[in-house]
Amino acid sequence: MTTQVSKTVIAAAVAAFLSIPVVAQAGEIRVMCYQDGIECDVTAEQAKRFEAANPGTKVVIDVVPYKTIVEQLPVQLAAGQGPDIARVTDLGGLSKYYLDVSAHVKDRAYWESNFGATLPWLRPTASDKGIYGFMSQLTMTGPFVNKTLFEQAKVALPGPKATWDEWVEAARKVAKATQTPAALAWDRSGHRFAGPAISYGAKIFDAKGDLVLDDGYKTTVNKFVAWHKDGAMLKEVWAGSGGSSYADSIGEFKNGRVAMVLSGSWQINRLQKDIGNAFDWVAVPNPCGPAACSGIPGGAAWVALKTSKSPKEVGMFLDFIASEANYAEFTGKTENIPAHAGLARKGVPYPGATPAARAALASFSAGVATLSPVAYQFQGYKFNRAMMLPTVARVTQAIVGEMSSDEAMTKIGADMADAVKQAQK
Amino acid sequence: MHGVDRLLGGFFNLFEPLFRAAQRWLGLSRLGWLFVGPNLLVFGLFTFLPILINLLYASTGGVKLMPLERPFTGAENFAILLECRDYLDIQSCRKDVFWRATFNTAKFSLIQVGLMVGLSLLTALVLNRKIVGRGFWRGVFFYPVLLSPVVVALIWKWLLQSQGVFNAGLLAAGASPVDWLLDAGWAFFWTVFVSIWAHMGFYTLILLAGLQAIPKDMYEAAQLDAASPWRTLRRITLPLLMPNLIVVLVLALIRAVQIFDEVFVLTGGGPGSATTFIVQFIYQTGFAEQIHLYGLAAAASLLLALGLIALTLAQLRLTRASEAGQKAR
Amino acid sequence: MRTLAFFTRTRGRHRLDWTDWLSYLYLGAGLFTLFAPIVWLLMSSLKTESALGQFPPTFLPYSQKTVTVAGHDKLLPLFTVRQADGSLREMAQVRRIGIMATLVDPAQPTQEVRVNINDRKPVSELTFAWSNYTDLFAKFSFGRYLWNSVFITVVATLLTLLINSMAAFALSKYQFRGQKAVFLLIIATLMIPPTIILVPVFLVINSVGLLNSLWGVILPAIATPTGVFLLRQYMLTIPDELLEAARMDHASEWRIYWKIILPLSAPALAVLAIFSVMWRWNDFLLPLIVLSKSEVFTLQLALNSFQGELNTQWHYLLAMTVITLVPITLVFAFLQKYITTGIASAGVK
Repeated sequence: MTTQVSKTVIAAAVAAFLSIPVVAQAGEIRVMCYQDGIECDVTAEQAKRFEAANPGTKVVIDVVPYKTIVEQLPVQLAAGQGPDIARVTDLGGLSKYYLDVSAHVKDRAYWESNFGATLPWLRPTASDKGIYGFMSQLTMTGPFVNKTLFEQAKVALPGPKATWDEWVEAARKVAKATQTPAALAWDRSGHRFAGPAISYGAKIFDAKGDLVLDDGYKTTVNKFVAWHKDGAMLKEVWAGSGGSSYADSIGEFKNGRVAMVLSGSWQINRLQKDIGNAFDWVAVPNPCGPAACSGIPGGAAWVALKTSKSPKEVGMFLDFIASEANYAEFTGKTENIPAHAGLARKGVPYPGATPAARAALASFSAGVATLSPVAYQFQGYKFNRAMMLPTVARVTQAIVGEMSSDEAMTKIGADMADAVKQAQK
Repeated sequence: MHGVDRLLGGFFNLFEPLFRAAQRWLGLSRLGWLFVGPNLLVFGLFTFLPILINLLYASTGGVKLMPLERPFTGAENFAILLECRDYLDIQSCRKDVFWRATFNTAKFSLIQVGLMVGLSLLTALVLNRKIVGRGFWRGVFFYPVLLSPVVVALIWKWLLQSQGVFNAGLLAAGASPVDWLLDAGWAFFWTVFVSIWAHMGFYTLILLAGLQAIPKDMYEAAQLDAASPWRTLRRITLPLLMPNLIVVLVLALIRAVQIFDEVFVLTGGGPGSATTFIVQFIYQTGFAEQIHLYGLAAAASLLLALGLIALTLAQLRLTRASEAGQKAR
Repeated sequence: MRTLAFFTRTRGRHRLDWTDWLSYLYLGAGLFTLFAPIVWLLMSSLKTESALGQFPPTFLPYSQKTVTVAGHDKLLPLFTVRQADGSLREMAQVRRIGIMATLVDPAQPTQEVRVNINDRKPVSELTFAWSNYTDLFAKFSFGRYLWNSVFITVVATLLTLLINSMAAFALSKYQFRGQKAVFLLIIATLMIPPTIILVPVFLVINSVGLLNSLWGVILPAIATPTGVFLLRQYMLTIPDELLEAARMDHASEWRIYWKIILPLSAPALAVLAIFSVMWRWNDFLLPLIVLSKSEVFTLQLALNSFQGELNTQWHYLLAMTVITLVPITLVFAFLQKYITTGIASAGVK
């Protein structure tokens, strides 16, 4: 290194040391956001408008990967650190860190009438009446199908009441005719898995309200493993990872490696962007089992956090992005289903949506009515991770042949019991 | 140069009176504490203290983060980890993934260290010959060592994916594509291969340095005695290289047992638990799963540390014994 | 003739024997195994996203040709179509519905032909997708991440050199009670992989208030056991007579350290510096838990955030991988001889 360079480096280092911002200024809100499509980008634009309307406030949107929200944020919050607002999906698990902003929102009645159905999902206890945030979207799990491949194979799409077996058969024929590597794939997620499980009769909860693994769940596990063994399911998605890490199947879908995937409505924007005109894709209603034809509802929520030092500004910002005009803009641009009762009634214009995206949104919105009540209960249950994560890990082991499906079921039960026991300590 | 000199000189002058005063106060020999002080302070705060906190975690249960909020459970976490109905059947263990991970790590360490040290030795021997552009070749082998594990894993993941260049080559050669990372055997092979690929150069250099320190007259004497190359290797080269070989073996084993980043990115521990190693188990249990079992993770990490210390001591004892044996001959 | 002689110079004899050929073959195989993947990475990072999805992959980056056709304002993709008589014709695709594509000859844009999508093949041309790189610079505060990484690396390395050499000096040239215990303790921590104490380290950093600060990443990392070990090994070979002589001249210990020990340990210091640069530049887990505000992210963290989204953004992922590779490669290229000779001299002692 030359003298000049080393001198500059030392000088710059000293300067930088003195300029690193370590403490947040008052009136600054940090928002930790993850996006499947462009949710954070749209919110950033709205944040700029908020700053202009409220001089003296600053809103910083930190776009982080989903993994950070799932893994790092809970640890930070437990240590007493964290952002002011976060976009989270583990609604029940993190509820002890939420901040009640009802004192800082302008019109409580507006919140109750438009978000009333989902506000309870964010409350730590059933009797709580606080406002902790709102659902940025309502999502539903459900399948997407590569219509072009079906057309090429000259196989008709099964009807709305078709069962999983019928769909798998049809997809199998399509894969064979078009030389696609596999017929279908499900996201590597216990959340996605629960939908078909409930359709096959899994009750998920016993009489006391605790998690239970019953015959319906067992049937689903057995079928799922069998579909992998006979090649109907693409191995990459579940067997490509270890542990219980999340992986979606959209990448394989858009590369034409499967004819059908089980994912969810939050992927619509991404499908539109990434697939473009390569092939025709449609969302179809959830296939049926003996008990139901259900998916699982869900969605990410904007929540206010106790670690915030500016609760007033947090309340104001949440109020701003929850307002009907802004919520409509957000929903329209990100191509999500609104959790806002008023907008759900009126309908939201989706300005940038292609006909395919529009049709998919309509299909999912209609499907909300067919959701089983067990699905709602599962989504809202605080310890649902105790069932979802071991399912992923153990079923994967069964798929790759490390254990039989029966052993996997036993292990899921044991892991689940262990986790719930520790969580309740 | 002048500016840097002045800066360094200023730094020197700043501390000199401090040290002179300390020297008068403490005396010469205890001044050592002052020199080792900063290192010890940082180490104590950021390595030793966390290890102690880990002990606290290992003896508590629950899912809370703050150690003092956790209920005391004694040795329960260790009991959970080591509980098995039948010790010959991993499936019957309560934490079967822990046992699988331990066996996988043991298998991996033995194979990887053996292969890697062997290859490093071979490469060092080749580089020790009179070859053109030795500096260049040395650089070639050392380059992958500089890459971060994440980068290394991503490069190989890209090459090995089912629509990657390896499978394309197989198809072109008329064979059918292989699920490189989806087959338990192949996935394990690739974790060994990729980790050797990334780290071999480092050990090669250490061994090469050792080889180059062997005086040339040793070889000349051997040549005069018309000794075969193989005999020269066994009787002269290897014994003189032993100190370096020991260092290499110890470091390589420690690193092999601790492997995590590159395997996690390459295979995620899959398929199933075929390439799940012990550090990944600890990471998953304590960090990745949303129901954080910090206590269990801490207990497992303590067992790992103890195992590693025992292993290293055993290794040193064995190699010292062989060294003494050689000298006696 | 002289060049040939130069290349075939061998041990003693003036001909290459079979062991020499084998050696060069081995080295060549090593070169290929070690560098081919990196070259492949480079070429792949210049492909467009759709080109990356092509199988079998090509070495050079190709992308589908587009052409302007009168009467259509957007660029139309070009395909080769097999005609009824077996000949091939290049045509532009106007639209695709289901499995039938409508194509036109760019020279006769009014005549439309309908063709099954299986009967057409895209026409490719050599395209370097520099946008993979430029998009990254536009999308992310790339300069900021780069600066953070550089700051952490440089400052941490300077501090590492300082306190490790001080500690090594104390452990090699002094005798004090508890010295051996300190040394063993420091070495024993080699057995603790950093992953394992991640959560407790997080708690400690949090309690000293260094979360979301670059110092929170720098300070925990500077007391490296490898560094102390390496430097101590080297310093043991510095003759004590030098120190005795200096002491007799009433030099303070600090002066001895600064003016005698440090300059004489230069090779080992160089090796440690290079290792430190490598470790801090590639540091991943510690920054991951300490830094959650985007303005303090490092390059490796940014790379990880793509990695988490996997199968979807390979073109950005590959470009970013190359970008994080480049600085360390440059450092390596310039300091190559110091690295390799430094390890040699430090290791030998």
